[in-house]
Amino acid sequence: MIRRPSVVVRPNSMSQQIRNPSQAPVLEPGYTFRTVTEKISAIVLRGTPRAWYLGFAISFLLVMVLLLAVTYLLYAGVGIWGINIPIGWAFAITNFVWWIGIGHAGTLISAILLLLRQTWRTSINRFAEAMTLFAVADAALFPVLHLGRPYYAYWLIPYPNTMGVWPQFRSPLVWDFFAITAYGTVSLLFWYVGLIPDLATLRDRAQNTFVKVFYGLLAMGWRGSAYHWRRYQKAYFLIAALATPLVVSVHSIVSTDFAVGIVPGWHSTIFPPYFVAGAIFSGFAMVLTITIPLRRFYHLEDFVTMRHLNAMAKVMLASGLIVAYGYLMEFFMSWYSGNSFEEFLTLNRAFGPYAFLFWLMLLCNVVIPQALWSRRVRTNVFMLFIISILINVGMWVERFVIVVTSLSRDFLPSAWGMFSPTIWDWATFIGTIGLFFALLFLFIRLLPMISMAEMRELVQETSEGKA
Amino acid sequence: MNTTPLYGLMAEFETPEQLIQATRRAREQGYRKMDAYSPFPIEELGDLLQARSTWIPLIILGGGIMGCVGGFALQYWVSAIAYPLNIGGRPLDSWPAFVPVSFELTILLAALAAVLGMLAMNGLPMPYHPVFNVARFARASQDRFFLVIEAKDHFFRYDKTREFLTQLGAREVSDVPE
Repeated sequence: MIRRPSVVVRPNSMSQQIRNPSQAPVLEPGYTFRTVTEKISAIVLRGTPRAWYLGFAISFLLVMVLLLAVTYLLYAGVGIWGINIPIGWAFAITNFVWWIGIGHAGTLISAILLLLRQTWRTSINRFAEAMTLFAVADAALFPVLHLGRPYYAYWLIPYPNTMGVWPQFRSPLVWDFFAITAYGTVSLLFWYVGLIPDLATLRDRAQNTFVKVFYGLLAMGWRGSAYHWRRYQKAYFLIAALATPLVVSVHSIVSTDFAVGIVPGWHSTIFPPYFVAGAIFSGFAMVLTITIPLRRFYHLEDFVTMRHLNAMAKVMLASGLIVAYGYLMEFFMSWYSGNSFEEFLTLNRAFGPYAFLFWLMLLCNVVIPQALWSRRVRTNVFMLFIISILINVGMWVERFVIVVTSLSRDFLPSAWGMFSPTIWDWATFIGTIGLFFALLFLFIRLLPMISMAEMRELVQETSEGKA
Repeated sequence: MNTTPLYGLMAEFETPEQLIQATRRAREQGYRKMDAYSPFPIEELGDLLQARSTWIPLIILGGGIMGCVGGFALQYWVSAIAYPLNIGGRPLDSWPAFVPVSFELTILLAALAAVLGMLAMNGLPMPYHPVFNVARFARASQDRFFLVIEAKDHFFRYDKTREFLTQLGAREVSDVPE
């Protein structure tokens, strides 16, 4: 059985004044089993704050924009987007890779940090996992919408059919389908298993019969038996152990969508690790973008302390450096390979028609994150928020640069072209951002955004440390 | 005594340490048919009650093997037998191209086996259980720790067991109707 280390809370540590944020407690002292449970479950079981309605209304409006865009797309076809030949992939694939990358931080936080026994994962894993699910849902929309005939998307599933055809298993696009399906399902299972004890808590705390029945059904009669906990923990750790290689494989497979193609700038063996690092980078940025307003609005500063923000900032810095190394290697290889198309591609990215985006990408993903070396920046919540948003922008731009610049000028100048997005490209993209946040608002309202069972465990561990 | 048959006696404790101590003492007294309930996992309780989870890893392994072998077999059968396509003159059994999907299906089926296996071994979903008859048990998922000794235990004697639980420092001892 895996033992978790006990966290030592240093006496007289007031996290707000602490010099070294990595020594700040993962949970402010003074909490009991009862108070953590009350504080977290109150968000779900008490009334809805007015600001929630406002936030949800704005997101929901954007969901309507998405529905409009998708409806028109189904009616008129992909021609409503700015895509053309040679640039058949543009916003759809950029958005797909961006969303799926964002999702990866959730699994990383919940699975890898669990295996590495990092106690700072506890108060952020639940909503990071929720973020994963919603990001995967958004991501999965794009390849389907991009199909041209989205109503045939189910042809990707291998099933005996009257046409006698089967999917082509040598194609990365089929790998993608399996990777995303497996990833979405495993993330959902992991999230749900983590939720079971908390659903039981909500069932037992609910006053209203309907609410009680609702959470009671979801909790499946969990009663916290010692026999159950043992199997539960074993299963939970093993799913984490399975999810860890899964996360790496998913973005590697996404990168093979590009790397298997012979287009200059795509056909490169560095793509899988470079994409995985980029996914972690953008995912942590998104976790920070969500965490910072959330902890402030719901007064969760005692649960999500500077220790968490600081640790996430460090992960962002480290993965950002790997991404920067990826860029560097791309430049180096385009010169070292002696391949004139690769060389042209690099020059075209840096000085061609999309040069502005290339430099914006370097600014957001390589230059600005270097500020995170400074402890003062890492402990400044506002600065972290701004940096995390810039990284989100930078990573979106990176995917756009990879997809569009490569396609716009490949081998034959006579086949070159330019892409410019239409209003429907933007509506679909912004609509998925709305969908993401609308789901997130619903999640915050309906489910405990921090794991209560794990927080109680943390209370127990920290009080043991004090004794 | 009540007319409804008795499932057992439930003792409520305020701290995990008290529950661990009580469980240890109850075992020393020879009680075997009992269960400890806590709002978060406590390893010592599992050890004391000799809770086992040996089947869980095996179920997961089974799921994983099924996913891997089944996934590969599906791809081989589709690509080489049912629907052979010549792609750039490569062999029909181009196994390296089948690795990603086999891997994904391994993980998918192993994870499904983990969740379904865990639930099945725990007998969940189980909407009704006698312990829920005690109103105070609602706090087992919040901040209280419970020990239940079942009436069908060999050493169970209503008065003696009740007294035993009381003197362990239980805050309250309640009857659990079946």
